[in-house]
Amino acid sequence: MNSALPSIAAPSRRCDILIIGAGPAGMAAALAAAPSGAAIVLVDDNPAPGGQIWRDGPGAHLPPLARTHRERLSGAANVRVLTGTRVVGLGSGAQPGDAPALLLEDGERGWTQHCGRLILCTGARELLLPFPGWTLPGVTGAGGLQALIKAGLPVRGQRIVIAGTGPLLLAAAHTAAEAGARVLRVAEQASWSALAGFGLQLPRWPAKAVQALPLLAPSLRAASHVLEARGEHQVQSVRLQRGTGEEVLECDRLACGFGLVPNTHLGQMLGCELNDRQGLTVDAVQATAVPGVFAAGECTGFGGSDKALVEGAMAGHAAAGDATAALALAPQRARWQGFADALHRHFALSPRLRDLPRPDTLVCRCEDVAHAQLNARSGWIDAKLHTRCGMGPCQGRVCGAATQFLFGWTPTPARHLLAPARIATLAGTDESTP
Amino acid sequence: MTSTVNIHIDGQPLSVQAGSSVAAALAATPTGCSRLSVGGEPRAPFCGMGICHECRVTIDGRRQLACQTVCQSGMRITTGTATHRP
Repeated sequence: MNSALPSIAAPSRRCDILIIGAGPAGMAAALAAAPSGAAIVLVDDNPAPGGQIWRDGPGAHLPPLARTHRERLSGAANVRVLTGTRVVGLGSGAQPGDAPALLLEDGERGWTQHCGRLILCTGARELLLPFPGWTLPGVTGAGGLQALIKAGLPVRGQRIVIAGTGPLLLAAAHTAAEAGARVLRVAEQASWSALAGFGLQLPRWPAKAVQALPLLAPSLRAASHVLEARGEHQVQSVRLQRGTGEEVLECDRLACGFGLVPNTHLGQMLGCELNDRQGLTVDAVQATAVPGVFAAGECTGFGGSDKALVEGAMAGHAAAGDATAALALAPQRARWQGFADALHRHFALSPRLRDLPRPDTLVCRCEDVAHAQLNARSGWIDAKLHTRCGMGPCQGRVCGAATQFLFGWTPTPARHLLAPARIATLAGTDESTP
Repeated sequence: MTSTVNIHIDGQPLSVQAGSSVAAALAATPTGCSRLSVGGEPRAPFCGMGICHECRVTIDGRRQLACQTVCQSGMRITTGTATHRP
């Protein structure tokens, strides 16, 4: 079923190790594999390496660890970093013993990238759940707002409400406040007891506790979630559930994130299995069941950048043929896996969030499909066929995860194309040469 | 003093901080919007990380994601909000 795109004649290139995603996991994988001398290509669709957590930009303050990783990468002669480059599908004609080939595209051209080993470090995206008014301009994801501010979005003097769940809310609030915004409220859907339980676990990972303390905002409320964004052409106020009551806050921006979803579309397209955290299943050295394909970081189940760094290093060593070096990191991996377990346990989503959409609330933002249209459908494929839900440019990355939570559907990954691609890429013509 | 770059959005000149994404620059336009939805609603950058495609605009003749494109001097950006036609 999953197959390479037909009649691809794109120009091809080859490397020893291809790494998809230049966040902490991908950078750590490249740095671990680099001393082997292998020809390494590190690909990311963003303008600079760093992924989400180490995103650079005029509004970003990169931590020292991010800087040293970037410096070490630029100093590794056998690592090529290709930014602004995305995987659009599977390539064809992989050599026996090689990992599957991928079809890549940058701003200028498309090509088939062959590789001996492939490491997926595709990260995670925010779980974005529908509620009345969530399509209004000014409503963003929580991590989304943070990313936009790092990329230069001016928010000085703006009134901002942040809602949803997880530590990312506090991180987003911190970034917004640093950029001069007034964060009126951080509404965390988990209960105070769940937050306290998580807080009590934190001393097990002192570095995390040190990171968390400055983020504690006086505007934080537990057991609070978004009910509605209101406004004419732009969000003007937000209605929040607060315990058994409600509050309405006038605001310029509303940022909502409901946790993270591993980005597994590429892995699933390659035939990788999913684990019980909706991430890609890996073994003791981060290898998937697909020969030559490894996975590391948030795409194996979200758990933060420290887990991603260790897993990335393990995958890098293993892909370069040094399983011993990979296995030596197992205790560190187990330690950060414990942190991931605590995150999953204490920030579980309240079933009440399923009741947020009204019948006319859009669930699929690409195709404007309302909740009532989906309510009548029996599953993901049925919904796609009858409503076009999930068939727009985002290919179900937003509504697929939302309907999984709302209706318990299992979104199936794309068969051919991962992202909108140029015809020239698919036809194998190079549009950069006249 | 931070350096700036000059771009055009829907024909209007705009000066933004160097290194800003096109999505960040859109916020300085009157509507802040990137496109109209299938049902005709205005939409603006949403996920900020290249997932949702709400911020897709035409940059120098090519459809691109505003949140994953850094503003370059002289860039001509056309939104899909139909307030201006190229």
